[in-house]
Amino acid sequence: MQNRPTHLIETMNIFAAVGRVILALFAAAGRLAIFMLDGISHSLRPPIYWKVILQEMIGVGYFSLPVVGLTAFFTGAVLCLQIFIGGSRYGAESFVPQIVVLGITRELGPVIAGLMVAGRVSAAIAAELGTMRVTEQIDALTTLSTNPVKYLVTPRLIAGVVSMPILVAIADAIGVLGGYVVATRALNFNSSVYLKNTANFVTSGDVSSGLTKAAVFGFIIALMGCYNGFYSKGGAQGVGAATTNAVVSASILILASNYLMTSLIFTR
Amino acid sequence: MNGVPKIELRGVKKSFGRKLVLDGVNLSIQPGDSIVIIGGSGTGKSVTIKCVLGILRPDAGSIKVEGQEVTGLHGRNRDAYLRKFGMLFQGAALFDSLPVWENVAFGLIQGHGISRRRAREIAMEKLAKVGLGADVANLSPAELSGGMQKRVGLARAIAADPEIIFFDEPTTGLDPIMADIINNLIATTVRDLGVTALSITHDIASARKISNRVAMLYKGKIIWDGATAEMDHSGNPYLDQFIHGSAVGPIKMEVRQ
Repeated sequence: MQNRPTHLIETMNIFAAVGRVILALFAAAGRLAIFMLDGISHSLRPPIYWKVILQEMIGVGYFSLPVVGLTAFFTGAVLCLQIFIGGSRYGAESFVPQIVVLGITRELGPVIAGLMVAGRVSAAIAAELGTMRVTEQIDALTTLSTNPVKYLVTPRLIAGVVSMPILVAIADAIGVLGGYVVATRALNFNSSVYLKNTANFVTSGDVSSGLTKAAVFGFIIALMGCYNGFYSKGGAQGVGAATTNAVVSASILILASNYLMTSLIFTR
Repeated sequence: MNGVPKIELRGVKKSFGRKLVLDGVNLSIQPGDSIVIIGGSGTGKSVTIKCVLGILRPDAGSIKVEGQEVTGLHGRNRDAYLRKFGMLFQGAALFDSLPVWENVAFGLIQGHGISRRRAREIAMEKLAKVGLGADVANLSPAELSGGMQKRVGLARAIAADPEIIFFDEPTTGLDPIMADIINNLIATTVRDLGVTALSITHDIASARKISNRVAMLYKGKIIWDGATAEMDHSGNPYLDQFIHGSAVGPIKMEVRQ
């Protein structure tokens, strides 16, 4: 009999625990939404920090070129090889150039570039802003009459949205090149026929859908890096956690939003 | 010393989660005062300053600067309000992506819209005031020692000729000689510029040197407030224990939070 009240309290504790988790989730979602809107709204109001935007674009775009280029090349190469192997079962080897260019421009170019840049740039942004938070540099910005969101977050969001499509356009070209190299060197495709089939098949819609995705991914990468860095706490450990969270959340959001966008763009 | 106080805090409360940090802080600071808030670690000294600057928003109470309520200011009004202030942060909080001179000139360029060329000239002047030559202007903050970083932080705090300067633990982490140099710099800066200064520290030697008034914060309240000269004869056991740095006394350190 004596156990009863404690048993009841324990049951209540489960509800309380679930409630607490759900409340925390809503609070985090709300905080992220406010943070995002704040960051976007500052892009419409002067002053706009062009110099910071340019610096970040170089960081996001230019310095990501080698790693994105290499991954795109090998992705195109392996895609070509697998399609050839799979297609040869049905005598469909001749469709290799078409499927490679479609796969690269629509899906793999933006997604692979997005994931690589998420690992590189989200982490870097979260680490930088996180360190600025724990060393009070973000507070220092406020005391110098500078809005930290306007100075730190908005330029990175703009840089992400602008540089990712450029990066993905280059990745598309390199990915197709990777397929071309394997097809012509290893699989005995005629090089001019391969290029002609590629060029005739691909439409501007394929490329532009990929570039639209890239812009969204750029936004996600910058937002997750900024959000996690901006609200990090607790010294080196906190900055480490912020960096991990930034990369993980950016990667998941990229893959989830990619599915959403594909279903919106291609299944109308 | 009558008239409108420069800064006035009335019943300021702030808690983080369940932890009550400020429990009704009352403090009024007259123009030209140099006041030091002393107190142990974690007693809410930094939180007090951050509430005045609007970095943190108090849960209750009022903060007035020159008679104007400032809690809840935002946007342009807040930027304008913050132009009155300069702040030296505990770790200097220099922007490590910018060279020293741009750190000092940052508020001038971004907050006051002064041209880069003019801002650089002013920055060099201020650097000279804190005893740093033109040779450090183009270095990155990471290349400087802790004491030099503090000086640059001080130069940045006074760059825009503020009316009020906050010093957050100005001597923490410095060797005794460098600490004394920084203390002297603060004392002369405050005197020469005629500003109102609010410092927080747990360094009693520093407090004696840079202040004319002392307030002690304990358990979220100001428990003693008076002239620095009278600090030794206060008869307040808490203050006495703190001044003498004794483990024995009414203040029990909460090791577990």
